[in-house]
Amino acid sequence: MQRQQEKPTEKPKKFRVFGPVATRFTSSDTGSWRLERPKVRFEDCIKCGTCAMFCPVNIIEILKDQKECVIIDFNYCKGCGICSNVCPKKCIDMVPERGHE
Amino acid sequence: MTYKMLDGNSAAVEAMKLAKVQVISAYPITPQSSISEKLSDLVESGELKAEYIRVESEHTALSVATTAQLTGARSATATASNGLALMHEILSMTSGNRVPIVMPVVNRGIAAPWTLWCEHGDSIAQRDTGWMQFYSQNVQEVLDLTLTTYKIAEHGDVLTPAMVCIDGFFLSHSLQKVKVPTQEEVDKFLGKYVLKNTYLDPSDPMFICNLTPPEDFTEMRYQQKVGMDNAIKVIEEVQKEFLSKFGRKLHIIEGYKTDDADVVLLAMGSMTGTAKYVVNKMRSQGKKVGIAKLTVFRPFPFEHIKNLLGDKKVIGVFDRSAGLGGQGGPVWSEVSVALKEFDIDIRSYIGGLGGRDVPADTIEKIFDELLSIQNREKDTHTQWIDLKKNAMEIREVIKHV
Repeated sequence: MQRQQEKPTEKPKKFRVFGPVATRFTSSDTGSWRLERPKVRFEDCIKCGTCAMFCPVNIIEILKDQKECVIIDFNYCKGCGICSNVCPKKCIDMVPERGHE
Repeated sequence: MTYKMLDGNSAAVEAMKLAKVQVISAYPITPQSSISEKLSDLVESGELKAEYIRVESEHTALSVATTAQLTGARSATATASNGLALMHEILSMTSGNRVPIVMPVVNRGIAAPWTLWCEHGDSIAQRDTGWMQFYSQNVQEVLDLTLTTYKIAEHGDVLTPAMVCIDGFFLSHSLQKVKVPTQEEVDKFLGKYVLKNTYLDPSDPMFICNLTPPEDFTEMRYQQKVGMDNAIKVIEEVQKEFLSKFGRKLHIIEGYKTDDADVVLLAMGSMTGTAKYVVNKMRSQGKKVGIAKLTVFRPFPFEHIKNLLGDKKVIGVFDRSAGLGGQGGPVWSEVSVALKEFDIDIRSYIGGLGGRDVPADTIEKIFDELLSIQNREKDTHTQWIDLKKNAMEIREVIKHV
């Protein structure tokens, strides 16, 4: 999804079409739907990647060589909590959005 | 050009093969089944280089064809009756997204009562889904209309899908001698499918059929209306080109001996062939009758109808669908509105339902009624022209209570 947004800016050319269509994905920023966000306790994380495997929007990346090893793209994370539920170490907490962290 | 013995379904397949369809997803349903089967034979033998995708329903068949066509492949499907009803939702998707698919529809009544046989009720019910509709008189027309329809539907000013309607069994399963053009001739006439509108390409993504707010929806529909309006002119041009290249004349509406006719019957589909025979027979008896064969029902050619029939006094319109709850049949309603500025007595006839044949006798009966209305000998007409006298009593059950 991230790549889709970047791609059309390479060589933009306008042409007229008929019918419902969008090439700017302005409304796909599903991160704005979020009421809770996943917060990883990195010290407990075993970098197994289970959260990334189960993420329904595929926006979790595991960086095994870094301390902050779980990267979540919050532009698209809806805060569904699946990652938190499936984590074998229970080291992903769901914390309320909007300044309660 | 070669002569072949073909039934209506084979003629449709022949046309799809000549148009070099690249993706096929069809679900068999009587009386369309032999279209699905013949297409799969052609793909298996390698005669047609296409991807044949097996699907579990008509709903999916049209979804696959529509989206495949958006990637740039000329796609094919075909259906009939309840299958067309199941496609209803996707019909509007195809037309609304301006995907110019050409689809043979083998006309068969919609259940209940269960029927396998011909009437136009299935396609007429889909008249507001934004598809063009062409009705064939004979097997040659099935081939010719299908070929021309690709060119019409794919035209940049039209971009609207089209149904080529084939009377179930009367055309779909009756063999006729058909002139089949060569591949080179068709290639020159049709050419390769070119995407002229939106497309699906992972390297240049667009989101087709996104949620359209009230600010844009009316305009999207209006664009479809303009496409439909443009189609009339494009049909004329393409039919003219077809005549010059292939030597056969197609019509939007054909007037057969209508010029000096006292009464005219307007009809669609295979029965118009019989009607022409009846016209000739009655003319030999000195009765001035004529037949208007309507080929294009969507877009409705009201200007053509005005020009052809505006000077008549009595017209009958034969609907091969019941138009339940309407004042008359659906075609009758449209014709009546097209001719509203003239002082014409337009009578609605309904018949040929669920496979009931429309023989010469039925048509002669209509013409005789119309003539006696024209002579002022009679005022009423028999709307359900081929109805049995005991219509309300034809079934009895034994009750065990």
